Amino acid sequence: MDRWFFRRLVDRLARAACLVATLLALVPLFSVLGFIAVRGAGGISLDFFRELPRPVGEPGGGMAHALWGSLEIVGVACLFAVPSGVLAGIQLAEFSGTRFVRAVRFAADVMAGVPSIVVGLFVYAVVVVPSGGFSALAGSLALALLMLPTIARSTEELVRLVPESLREAALGLGVPKWRATVHVVLRTALPGVVTGIMLAVARAMGETAPLLFTALNNRDWAGGLREPTASLPVNIYTYAVSPYPEWHEQAWAAALVLVTLVLCLSIGARVLARGSVRAR
Amino acid sequence: MTARARSGFPLSLPGGGNVGDRVFFGICAGFALLLVLSLVAMAVEMVGASLPTLRAYGMGFALGRVWDPLHSIFGALPFVYGTVVSSLLALAIAVPVSLGVAIYLSELAPEWQRGPLGFLIELLAAVPSIVYGIWGAFALAPLLRTTVEPFLATYFGFLPMFQGPQQGFGLLAGGIVLAIMIVPTIASVSREVLRAVPSALREGALALGATRTEMVWVSVLPYARSGLVGATLLGLGRALGETMAVTLVIGNRADISASLFAPAYTLASVIANEFTEATAELHLSALAEMGLVLLVVTVVLNALARLLVARVMNRPAGGRI
Repeated sequence: MDRWFFRRLVDRLARAACLVATLLALVPLFSVLGFIAVRGAGGISLDFFRELPRPVGEPGGGMAHALWGSLEIVGVACLFAVPSGVLAGIQLAEFSGTRFVRAVRFAADVMAGVPSIVVGLFVYAVVVVPSGGFSALAGSLALALLMLPTIARSTEELVRLVPESLREAALGLGVPKWRATVHVVLRTALPGVVTGIMLAVARAMGETAPLLFTALNNRDWAGGLREPTASLPVNIYTYAVSPYPEWHEQAWAAALVLVTLVLCLSIGARVLARGSVRAR
Repeated sequence: MTARARSGFPLSLPGGGNVGDRVFFGICAGFALLLVLSLVAMAVEMVGASLPTLRAYGMGFALGRVWDPLHSIFGALPFVYGTVVSSLLALAIAVPVSLGVAIYLSELAPEWQRGPLGFLIELLAAVPSIVYGIWGAFALAPLLRTTVEPFLATYFGFLPMFQGPQQGFGLLAGGIVLAIMIVPTIASVSREVLRAVPSALREGALALGATRTEMVWVSVLPYARSGLVGATLLGLGRALGETMAVTLVIGNRADISASLFAPAYTLASVIANEFTEATAELHLSALAEMGLVLLVVTVVLNALARLLVARVMNRPAGGRI
């Protein structure tokens, strides 16, 4: 009897501990979001989205250039990473048993774990140095390298979920395999593939470390893809480590904008996934 | 995995091999190859960039305690120390929490809680690292300085790690921020691993009269063990290479101190802070070598982790535990 009581007690305590751990893990999420909402809201105004930063001491000013810079860098990164990632993902799914594909899958998994700062160093060495300067393009390449494995792996998973009967039906109609793949398999998997891409974009949008030595920063509008370009994350960093309180406020406002963008993308991706075949 | 039988149509099947197929699947294979090549190129490029320091210092680089770019003295030990200690501290905090989360979400929680809670844990991973950084610098570090560190010093001050000036910014802050950032990684991989445990094992334990906790302890965890170790290694890999959040809270001083309150420096942080300002060849190359170390360590950790996780996920159903 006592023994049963003791076992039940241990059971209750262990279950409670797991629940507490779960709640504890969520405390920082709400703390971070709450803190940013409170501290950042003050700095948000129409000017924030319209104007360039003012010199220290002058009130007002905004981060329009950094917002557009971020969108531009991430947008160009998508041009590199989305087609190559999706096509590599198709290769991974459709030839899944071969030794080559296993090697690629392994490389993709390993690459997804490479620290983003190392990717920044790599792009610095192969793009920035030979091209003679920091540029938005170099930043885009760094982000594309980070997005590539994620997109390839998520595309693979989704393409694999497409039922074999659909492929057979398409082939049975005499369609060449590549068209069956593009028009039937990929189209069926599309919502999930887009989800994977959106999650990769959300992650890339918040990356700071790979942009430090590639896109660098800029106090003004960049004159094109070949010039140093400001981005929200790098600007948050620069402003946060500065000694000026007004800059700190701008950093919070920029963080609020960045988090809103990233969370909208992540949540949107998951809502989209709900309506499609299972996605991660 | 017999995925080939389930999906996919290799070119050797009848009907394959027309020009369009060759071109299309050739392009796909090309991009897949690009993935491998970029990883290889990264390794080659980083080795090339660190050659000057490799030549000048050899293995002694990792053991040098002095970092003085002005006098061209480059020793990486303080950074290795800061990286290892902050990451281990993060693991010490994050592993129990993540295991609790994974067990709760896969074994204990009522069905209606699993989706929303899992979603919130994943959002934790979506918050950018720089945002954790400024939160850590402006919210966490002051809290540590005024409340947590005095508490630890008062009650556990006999331990060397809780002695010394309380500044907020330091190893403790770095470890906590890292822990927050790796919890979603460890928890979500662990959850997948636990999901792969056959339910027959659970039913067997319950049928013998085990409580839920005993069921988890006796039949779920032993089966999942190697996968859980893999999840932990993935978290460790992420913690070692994490840059921005740590840079903002760890204090950025190249000291080796037994105290967790003391400021420190990590490999990734020193690269972030000094790389754009470095001009001397040896300085640049020293930073590149630190990048190389991070690359090699994370690649090995990730490879190992994937193998361990795959061991659980791909185990044939009904096989031995």
